[in-house]
This record gives sequence, structure tokens and C-alpha cells, in this order.
Amino acid sequence: MLSRTADHLFWMSRYTERAENTARLLDVNYQTSLLPQSTADAQAGWRGLLSISELMPAYTARYGDDINPRSVMDFMVRDERNPSSTISCLKNARENARAVRGTLTTEVWETANQTWLEIIRLLNNGDFERDPSQFFEWVKFRSHLSRGVTAGTMLQDEAFHFLRLGTFLERADNTARLVDVKFHALQSDFPGAAAGEDAETQTYDFYHWSAILRSVSAFEIYRKVYRDVIRPERVAELLMLRADMPRSLLACLNGVMGNLAMVTSDPASETQRRAGKLRGELQFARIDEILEAGLHAFLIQFLDRVNELGAHISREFLVPSTR
Amino acid sequence: MSQPMFDEMNASASSVRGHYENYQRWLARQPAHVMQNRRAEAEMIFRRVGITFAVYGDKDEAGAGTERLIPFDLIPRIIPAHEWARMERGLVQRVTALNRFLHDVYHDQEIVKAGIIEAGQILHNEQFRPEMVGVNVPGNVYSHISGIDIVRAPDAKGEGEYYVLEDNLSVPSGVSYMLEDRKMMMRLFPELFSDHRVAPVAHYPDMLLETLLAMAPAATAEPTVVVLTPGMYNSAYFEHAFLAQQMGVELVEGKDLFVKDNFVHMRTTRGPKRVDVIYRRVDDDYLDPLAFKPNSTLGCAGLLGVYRAGNVAVCNAIGTGVADDKSIYPYVPKMIEFYLGEQPILQNVPTYMCRNPDDLAYTLANLKDLVVKECHGAGGYGMLVGPASTQAEIEDFRRAIVANPSGYIAQPTLSLSTCPTYVESGVAPRHIDLRPFVLSGKEVQMVPGGLTRVALKDGSLVVNSSQGGGTKDTWILEDGVSPPAVTPGQSQQQTQTTGA
Repeated sequence: MLSRTADHLFWMSRYTERAENTARLLDVNYQTSLLPQSTADAQAGWRGLLSISELMPAYTARYGDDINPRSVMDFMVRDERNPSSTISCLKNARENARAVRGTLTTEVWETANQTWLEIIRLLNNGDFERDPSQFFEWVKFRSHLSRGVTAGTMLQDEAFHFLRLGTFLERADNTARLVDVKFHALQSDFPGAAAGEDAETQTYDFYHWSAILRSVSAFEIYRKVYRDVIRPERVAELLMLRADMPRSLLACLNGVMGNLAMVTSDPASETQRRAGKLRGELQFARIDEILEAGLHAFLIQFLDRVNELGAHISREFLVPSTR
Repeated sequence: MSQPMFDEMNASASSVRGHYENYQRWLARQPAHVMQNRRAEAEMIFRRVGITFAVYGDKDEAGAGTERLIPFDLIPRIIPAHEWARMERGLVQRVTALNRFLHDVYHDQEIVKAGIIEAGQILHNEQFRPEMVGVNVPGNVYSHISGIDIVRAPDAKGEGEYYVLEDNLSVPSGVSYMLEDRKMMMRLFPELFSDHRVAPVAHYPDMLLETLLAMAPAATAEPTVVVLTPGMYNSAYFEHAFLAQQMGVELVEGKDLFVKDNFVHMRTTRGPKRVDVIYRRVDDDYLDPLAFKPNSTLGCAGLLGVYRAGNVAVCNAIGTGVADDKSIYPYVPKMIEFYLGEQPILQNVPTYMCRNPDDLAYTLANLKDLVVKECHGAGGYGMLVGPASTQAEIEDFRRAIVANPSGYIAQPTLSLSTCPTYVESGVAPRHIDLRPFVLSGKEVQMVPGGLTRVALKDGSLVVNSSQGGGTKDTWILEDGVSPPAVTPGQSQQQTQTTGA
């Protein structure tokens, strides 16, 4: 397959996945903001959302220091100057799809194109403002549809594997950012245990942790897996180390490895080695060890390595510099 | 204008032509709101499918080209099979002669020696490529895909006569609309197709692939065919992607290609892969920065050298444009006689070549009645329609013609035939043309029909999509009765057994 084609496919699915994860985060923050909470807590939530995507400077440059739900949602949803906004992601997904529409099945292309046409309508006719949650549901649904149509109609050749590769790599990045910012929000690497355990803190913690779980559709999964009250270390374990949790870091790295193996012509390549090493570390890690050594440090390093992995994939397959 | 008119459907205010009778009866039964809904449905589907084109110079706020729909009209243009049979023979004849001419131009130039065309007409033509002189291309075919524009105008008897208005031999476009229009009609009005024997067109991509494969360098067992596009912001990008997908071949851009060891390769995820046939949708000038425009990024450096060595086929051939130039067009009937020893089946529109003093004088004296075209113009640009122009526009053209007479030709303003078309006020006659797509590989063949373009503005003769033209499905209506009904199969699908 053409390297340029693979590049477009890889980024098409990355942008779709990013749009979904942004919608998940925004929805959880929006839902949380409807609960009684202090202004400071509410602000911390929106601030965390901006810092997750490293967008704080871009936001303040446009909206000033006032971090309020309306402005943050506008910035993250409809601001085309923000490259991570929903509209930017869906536009980029669609433009990448358009560049390789001949490689996609008609259904996959039409899904991306229809999503783009619809978001313009939803943002122009006030649907988003009337019911943000419903809009975020819609973004998630379109992403589900995009993946489902891909799995249901595409030949399982290189094109399919590059699409999947993009999805898993982006999701690994997004989940790591989510865990990092939500644990970091509590100002400690291992919150919950250290806190004073008064009733108010416990209630707050419950909503905090359940919000994280819900943002990755994992609330019911947590109950099913642990049959226990919500404990932060278990939330971290579920989102990082469980291979059967579809949005966990390990599951994502398994997805990356599996699809890399299908497209590589050199099983000993540097890309494979790095992906395998990172996967192995997650596979054999224990959550108590990670927490002991520092969750934030672990996740920052993980994000760096995912980033490097993306660069290696790009060099080996997508934008080869040598002839 | 008090010129006679020819309408494809209505012979007069009260009578419908035979091949439209069945359709007209059906149309009369359709409630207005149903047709209105179908129009909206068609537009919605075209948008969702992304059958759009970009207009040059038209930018939205984001700086990207605007994507527009080409208006699709619900009323088909119907041609009876016997008329098509004659047109098809004429097209095969014309394209065969044009390919012979191109081979001659780049080899012995017999036609010049015979005194039919002056050498300067060819050698000074901007589209003439000296690099191609003496180069042997596979099968001696230059124009593999030819789009021949045909119009119909009333003749002395008040009947319609077909004329060739223009030959498009370099990178003709529009075939995807022919295919998508048919798909749309079958989706919107399936019942029409059980009542009419409409010749199918959907096998065009197969025929095209067969044509391209036939051009592969002899030694290649499994030739790799690619479609070369200028990229997704080109006005015809949809068509490039569509054809590549339908043929199951890669759609490449210039930056995906490179030359090594005198072969063309493409960059793939598994290293370089050799390319044997390039169906290029990029103009000659941009194909090879080493040979033509040095700053072009749309082509592939060194392509011409590989092509001349016979290690890659380029379709259509480099240098084909010399034969579809408007200054060469008037000679096509003579080419048919010269190369084939036959009389032309399809007529040219009478043409005044301003390079001849007599023709120039006539043209300048009759500008308000004539259509004047730049020899190198295309897409409806660089054209004066005398009867529809202001005095100032006419004077501008007069100055341009006087300054460079050989850059212009003039033709009488033909009253193009009309076809009933949906417009804001209802159904009204609008002028149309027809572009069949002729494929030349091992043989010269085509699918029945072509792309019918319609000028949506009242009285306008300009059908180009860049100038507000639309399209219609084109039916070659086979004689005879309805096709046989499909009998349902015998086997039944399994269903879930409940309560067992």
C-alpha cells in the first residue's frame, strides 16, 4: 500500500478516536458540573480538561483567565482554531478519509462524510447548546459507527490494520492523559488513602472516581470485575493494566502490537521492538509498584514513549524518507 | 433569436417523439410533490456520497476550495438505439483517425507532406511535444480515453443533426457523473428501468482497466496500474478516486512516485513498488519537472525518460493535446479521408479559422452572430457567444482577435437541441450536449451513451459545470419489449427455531 495512503488512514482513525475521547471527557465534566460542588472544584475539573490536552496556553490566549464551562466547551467543541476541538478532529478525519476514499469502502467514507455534514448542522442550529450531553452522545455514537462500519465492511488488509493501529495508539494516549489528570487533580499520587476520610471527602471521591469510570464506559465493568466499592488503586489498575478492559493502556498496546505485526515486513524492526517492550512492561507490571514509584511519573513517561512509537511508525511506514 | 429549435422530447407543442412516449406517460402520472421529494433526495445522497467538485479560485474562510454539487436533473436524455449505432460508428472512425494523426505527427508527418496541414500548424502548436518525436508508444495509441463533445442542432428539414463540437483527448473528465447519474436514477426510479430497455453503462471501469492493461510494457506479467491525480483539491478529484476504486488500483500523487534505474516506482509501506501503467489526470506541463514546468510538484521527476525508454505506459500519451487543439479541429474530417479513406460519419461544426485572412474578415464582420473560441481555451472559459454578449465584450474580443488571429476560431451560433429540465418555475426546455467516452486499447470501444450536460440558465448555451451547468442521465433506449422478470430463487432462508 502507498505510504501516503497508510498515513491518511492512520490519521483518519486517530482523529476519530480523539473526537470520541474529547467528547467523553467533556460529557463527564459537564455531568459533574451539574452536581453540587464548590466553585474551586468545578474550576479544577475544567482546568484539568484543558491541561489534559496541553491546551491551557491556547485557551487563555483566546478566552483569558476566566475558566467557565461555556467557554471551555465552546473552545473544545466548535473552535476551529483549536486543533483538538471536536469540529477540528472530525474535519481532519473527514479530509483524511476524502484523500483516500478509493481505499475505503463506500460505507466507511460515507460515515466520515456524513459525520462532518451533520456536525456543521448540529453546531449551527443550536442543538449543541440545548443539550450538550446529547451532542457528546452523538459524537461517541458516530465514532462507534465508524469503527463498526470499518470492522463490518473493510477487507482485512493493510488498510484495515493501519486504521486499527491509529485507533489503538490514539486511545492509549488519551486514556493515559485521562488517568494522569484525574489522579493529579487530587494533588497526590495516591489520593483517597491519605485523605482524612471524613464523610464529605468520601462522597466527593465516589463521584470523582465514578466519573472517571463513566467517561470510559467502565462503571459497570468495575462492579463486575471487582464486586467492591470504588477504590482509586483499582480504578488505576482497571484503566491501565487489565487486558480485557477495551480502553486500558495494556489493551491498547495489545491492539498496537497485533496490527503492527500484520503490516510489518521486518519483525525485528525498531518500531516492533519499542511497541513490544512497552507492552511487556504493562503486561508484567503491578499497580502497587506503579503507585509506589509514582503514578504521574509513570504516565508522563508512558506518554513520551507512545509519542516516540508514533514517530517510529511514521518513519517506517507512513513517510519514509529514503528511496 | 428566431432560429428553429429542436427539442429531444417534444416534436411539437402537442406531440411527443416516439422514443419518449413511454417516459412522458409515466412523467405525467407523477404528482409534483413526489418529483420535488426525489430532487431533494438526490441532492442529499450526492452530498453524503461526496460527489462534488471544487471550483478554481473559489475559497472558503478556511482557505480550502469550496466543494459544490453538480446539479442533477431528473428527466433523462433519451437517444434511440439506431441513432446511437450511427453515432458509435462515427466515434470509432473519428478517434481512430485522430490516433493515426497523432502517430503521424510524431513520426513521418505524411499529412504535412500531402499538403493537408501546414507544418507550422503542428510545430508551432503549444501542445506539440518535440520530446515525443520518434517515440513509439504501445499499440501506436495516443488517446486511450477520448471525450468527444457532440451537439445536436436543427438542420434545414427541421430535424436534428449531430455535430462534433470538440475533441477532448488529453485528460477528458466527466465519466464518473455518467456512472453516478445512472446509479441515482435507478435508485430514485427503479420502476422506470423495468419499463424501459436502457442499455447499461456500469461496466465502464472494467473496460477502462482492460484498455490500460493492454498498454503495459510487454515484459510485465502482472502489470501495476495507477491513477495519477493532482490531489484532493483538484476539481475532478472525486472522479480520480472513484475510477481508481472501481478499477481496484492505487490512486497516486506525484510525490508518491519516483524514478530509479529507469523505472517508475511508488513508495509503499513495504518499500518501492514498480509502476507499469499510469492513467494520468495531470496535464503534460506538470508531469515531469525535469522535462516540462520545473516548479511542478504534481508530477514525477524523470518520468519522460522512463516513458521514452518504453518502461512505463502513460495514458493518455504525452503530447496528445496537439490533436484536440481548436486550431486542429477543422482538419479532422480531412484526417478521416486521408488516413482511413472514408467519408466522415459525424460532421464538424462549420469553422472559420481566423488565421486565414478571409475567415478573419468574415469573423470580424459577424462577431455578434458567432461563437468565438480561443484555440487553447477549455471549460467554457476564453469564449465569446456573440448573440449573448454586450457590445463592450464583443469589442474586447475584437481587439484580442486582431492582435493574434491564429489564436482564435469562430463558429456559427448553433441552436443546441433542448431537453425538458426541472427549473424553479417547473419543467422547461434547456440546451444540452453529449460527451461519449471512447476507449482505445487493443480495439476502440465504448459504453452506450455518455454524459449529457445541460445549461440550466434560460437560453444559455454554456453547459460546463464550472459555468453553472448540470447533468442528466443518458439513456440509449434499446428497441423491443420489457426485459424478462427476475424469478425468485427456490431455497428458503433459515430462521430461528423457538420454544423447542
